[in-house]
Amino acid sequence: MTDRSLVEVRDLQVTFVTEDGLLRAVDGVSFDLRAGEVLAIVGESGSGKSVTAQTIMGLTRTPNARISGRIDYGGRDLVAATEQGLMSIRGQEIAMIFQDPMTSLNPVYRVGDQIVEAIRAHTDEPKHRAKEKAIELLDAVGIPDARERADNYPHEFSGGMRQRAMIAMALVLEPNVLIADEPSTALDVTIQAQILRLLEQLNRDRDLAVIIITHDLGVVAEIADRVLVMYGGRIVESGTLDQIFYDPQHPYTWGLLGSLARPDRPRAARLSQIKGQPPSLLHPPAGCHLRPRCPHAFDRCTQVPPLEARVGGDHADRCWLSVEQKRRLRVVQGGDIGLEAPAA
Amino acid sequence: MARFIARRLVGMLLVLFAVSVIVFVIFNVIPGGDPAQRMGGREATPELVAQINKDWGFNDPLPVQYVDMMKQLFSGDLISYQNQDNVIQRIKDGIPITFSLAIGAAVIWMGVGILFGYLSAIKAGRFTDVTLTILALIGISLPVFFIGAFFLYYFTFKWKIFPTGGYVKFTQDPWGWFTHLLLPWICLAILYVGFYSRLLRSNMLDAMNEDYVRTAKAKGLTERQVRIHHVLRLSLIPIITLFGLDFGALLGGAIIIEYIFSLNGVGGYAFDAVAHLDLPPLMAVTMFGAFLIVLFNTLVDIAYAWLDPRIRLGTSAA
Repeated sequence: MTDRSLVEVRDLQVTFVTEDGLLRAVDGVSFDLRAGEVLAIVGESGSGKSVTAQTIMGLTRTPNARISGRIDYGGRDLVAATEQGLMSIRGQEIAMIFQDPMTSLNPVYRVGDQIVEAIRAHTDEPKHRAKEKAIELLDAVGIPDARERADNYPHEFSGGMRQRAMIAMALVLEPNVLIADEPSTALDVTIQAQILRLLEQLNRDRDLAVIIITHDLGVVAEIADRVLVMYGGRIVESGTLDQIFYDPQHPYTWGLLGSLARPDRPRAARLSQIKGQPPSLLHPPAGCHLRPRCPHAFDRCTQVPPLEARVGGDHADRCWLSVEQKRRLRVVQGGDIGLEAPAA
Repeated sequence: MARFIARRLVGMLLVLFAVSVIVFVIFNVIPGGDPAQRMGGREATPELVAQINKDWGFNDPLPVQYVDMMKQLFSGDLISYQNQDNVIQRIKDGIPITFSLAIGAAVIWMGVGILFGYLSAIKAGRFTDVTLTILALIGISLPVFFIGAFFLYYFTFKWKIFPTGGYVKFTQDPWGWFTHLLLPWICLAILYVGFYSRLLRSNMLDAMNEDYVRTAKAKGLTERQVRIHHVLRLSLIPIITLFGLDFGALLGGAIIIEYIFSLNGVGGYAFDAVAHLDLPPLMAVTMFGAFLIVLFNTLVDIAYAWLDPRIRLGTSAA
């Protein structure tokens, strides 16, 4: 892992014009993706994590979307890029896999042909050579009998195999970045682990930078180097895996960690939960988006959205509580928020 | 697959049997159906009617009459009550006309329907879409006899652009064949273009939200490749189904259009048979139409398996 940034997202705003008003899906998100790292974006449904990722690929460019900010990739701004420019980046430089492998492959084309299609979208490779390459990759992602399997249709694959095929398709042009949008959510737990291991291995062997989007902190713990926690379209906390898990700063992160079932600690009668509903993105609360659900909110939280505060190193959060207050509150909640032991 | 086809064949025979029985029974219970009276003419003496009843076997029990009629139908000896024409021969003569009409109309409506549907879908909500939607609704709403009469009046009578109705054999005069059929083709196609373009439009709009379409975009395919290979390809499957059924029905005769344009095809013959309450041609034409519909139903199912691999697996396993 190096500190070189591959993708720099700055003040990204994605707003959808709907019949009910403006829907702020992503509200001023900034982060870097560094070469060779696995960056996890966690949050509930509607926190804007998928929209953020899809916007990097230019997949949210619908007629009703308003996108502003910068996404810098290799000196190009992907927000301002033409559709033409994005096409050459999609699949070739930045590839993406999706949540539901059952529906993400086209049911009427053979799996191998769908990979060939990806190759030929970017190169002049003749069909048979592209086919060979597709088979090679299917083999590399762990599809047994890849040569025969390439001629199968998606419905003849199991869920895990389809996700492997999706990964093969994403990797076939050796992209620098892989965006995985809930890649294991729709799969069985054992298959989930296999897919995560595969992603980890690809990250290591091919020096592939991965953005993994998930609501599952277990997945994060297993694979991520750094973590962004999103809430209501904003990043509320970012840091390394250890910082987020062992020194969480934001009350929302505490809540997420507290809702995690942990075999390594005495079983609580009931997992703790974050009370209330995620904020409406049509009419978000003023100030901090978590405020209506946050037991520690005070006057300031209702007035001004918290600014980013650096805790130290890569670790930053957006909460008006002081570091000392947080330490104290977090310990009071201690048993529930996933702290091994107070760090100091 | 063999089992599937065998099952469909048995089903086909059952349907044809049921259709023939129903037609036969209806004919015998409706008032004014007594064929001997009609054949004898207005001034028929009771002796003549009795003679006709005896000669044509109308005194036999109905099941016997039915079996006799089926025998004649399948041996090709069926004779019209009205004018003693051979019914089968008459249908054979009508087939080239009806098929020319149906095939030509189908080519137009599929071509134009898919084009309009595609344009409507990719320009959804914009001027092109709105215009095509209005045109489609007009096409669907206008009765075919109105369009037919309208065309006939302006294009053949007033402006004399096209020849008046009738049919010219393709082998004799291809150009004449074409000009005589163009108006009926368009008349028939207008209705179907409306339906098909609307259906394709909504199918495509649904398909555009599919996950695999997003995957296709994420691969870096051009908008056009995504639309044609992924969106259109799957949206066409239901269209093909519908086409098989409509086309099969149309091959059985387009009664109104054939009548308006004086095309003596199967549909025109069916019209005459109904007008004269003439059972043999009525029976033959109905059986012919039913056969084609059932046949195309089966073909659609086979085509479906070919178009959609998910179904293919199901049939080979069954």
